[in-house]
Amino acid sequence: MATDEMQVRTGAPETGYGLGLLKGLAVTLKTMLRPAITQQYPRVKPDLPARSRGVIALKEANCTVCYKCSRECPDWCIYIDAHKETHDPASGGKARSAKVLDRFAIDYALCMYCGICVEVCPFDALFWSPEFEYATYDIVELTHEKERLEEWTYTVLPPPELEGGAVPPVVTPPVEAAAPPAAAPPPPAPAAAPPPPAPAALPAAGSAPATGPTEAQAPAPAEHREVALDQETFDRVLADLLEKGTERRVAEGQARRAAMIAARKKAEGS
Amino acid sequence: MIAESGVSIVNSVFDNFWVILAIKAGVVLGFFLTVPMVVGYAEHKVLAHMQSRLGPMEAGRFHGWAQLVADGVKFIQKEDVIPAAADRWVFSLAPGVAMVPYIALFVVIPFSDTIFAENLDIGIFFVMAMSSVTVIGILMAGWASANKFSLIGALRAAAQLIAYELPLVLAAAAVVMESGALSMIGITEAQASHWFVLTQPVPFGVFLVASLAELTRPPFDMPIADSEIIYGAYTEYTGLKFAFFLLAEYGGIVALSAIASVLFLGGYRPLPGLDAIPGPLWMAAKTGALAFFVIWLRATYPRLREDQLQRFSWLALIPLSLGWLMVVAVFKVAL
Repeated sequence: MATDEMQVRTGAPETGYGLGLLKGLAVTLKTMLRPAITQQYPRVKPDLPARSRGVIALKEANCTVCYKCSRECPDWCIYIDAHKETHDPASGGKARSAKVLDRFAIDYALCMYCGICVEVCPFDALFWSPEFEYATYDIVELTHEKERLEEWTYTVLPPPELEGGAVPPVVTPPVEAAAPPAAAPPPPAPAAAPPPPAPAALPAAGSAPATGPTEAQAPAPAEHREVALDQETFDRVLADLLEKGTERRVAEGQARRAAMIAARKKAEGS
Repeated sequence: MIAESGVSIVNSVFDNFWVILAIKAGVVLGFFLTVPMVVGYAEHKVLAHMQSRLGPMEAGRFHGWAQLVADGVKFIQKEDVIPAAADRWVFSLAPGVAMVPYIALFVVIPFSDTIFAENLDIGIFFVMAMSSVTVIGILMAGWASANKFSLIGALRAAAQLIAYELPLVLAAAAVVMESGALSMIGITEAQASHWFVLTQPVPFGVFLVASLAELTRPPFDMPIADSEIIYGAYTEYTGLKFAFFLLAEYGGIVALSAIASVLFLGGYRPLPGLDAIPGPLWMAAKTGALAFFVIWLRATYPRLREDQLQRFSWLALIPLSLGWLMVVAVFKVAL
């Protein structure tokens, strides 16, 4: 169909009077015989791309209460309350101080989804999640507290693949062992290693330095000490989604989320 | 004895002219109220799929089959607004005047040589006369609405129906000349050896185009061109009155498709070798195919400009069908 349109645009001479009328009929008939592209939304959830601006999720463990996000926010829609705690050192000396987050809330009635907070966060505590179903009947309820924001981190998708020729990102090894589950780079699972996925691991053309992949892969195994992915759930969900025709990258993200939840449940149970 | 008298009572009841008339009128009315709904639903779905959409999917659970029923319920609930400056009586009568001629058209449509409401000797003449009455309803609507868009729409409709009535009649006349009959049954039976579309391809095309214009269907929908004159003569109408206009439009599609299939596609006559399929099914299939074609055209072509419409009729269709009529006359005399 695309080629037909191209021909018309490049001014290929029409041969025969009224041929255009017949061509038009052919186009509509062909379109009718193809399946419609409509997704019946409440029944079929859309496969949203990883960079969808659905909602902003907070990984509380990564937050250092630096207030950068709330100060950069053009709408002043981020509320942060914190206090300082001092701990006596074990072996004498000056007391250690730590900031403790009491409240972190985003008023989505004010938020304009500019993403500046996500950009400025120096410790990867804020993420874009493609989740969008949080409409409420009351505008007041659109202010979501950190517990809800934390839940949304499980819906964060892995970053999209790099374009061909792109310089792979420099991945800094995490400071602490506890890493955000969903946002973490490739899981240790062998299932994720095959063809397209593994966001940072596949540099394309010759421009990529050889250090890229090794650097990216090195920290990966160390990260998942907290709870290992439930491999069985991961494989099952991934297979299900792939069978349904979900894009592989999206399917892996969702499978990872399901596996993480399952693993947490198991860990709580035992 | 009792049984005999019972039978004779039943017979006498069914011999009564008025009883028969009431039954026929009821059947025709029921037909008019249901079949256009089917076409309307088909239009929803066909248009949608031609635009790579799904169309109604919710009402009635299965592929939105009850969408038009739901629409009807909605129309009934709507407030019946009559503009303050409107001519109330004419305004209220107009939907009826537009709709009744199409109901009347259903009277003469035959579904087999025995299934029909009435076999008028002047069948096709009656059809032409009735289909041109609708324009009076549209004119009434446009004039009584006291709205300039309505008036422009009504005058466009009048000009259009005058321009396209002529090719419609001339195309039908060619068929009448070949078949030598005016009644719908007579025309159908005259196609025993071949469908008239084979010998009369030009009138067939002219008839289809002219009936599209007659129905003010796209690409000839200038009288209701929504991007120019809101909704033409129907701009001020709401609720049931508006629904009547819609019903008239879809009833018109069914009626004119049925008449075109009687005139050119052999009506209820089967294709050779397929006699096993009963006549009413053939009639329904041919009518349905033509109705689909009407919808297909709507999905495909943009609206013509008003002057292009007039030019096309007066300078192309009318000379063409007049010339063809002469050719048919020559052949009729010569052969």
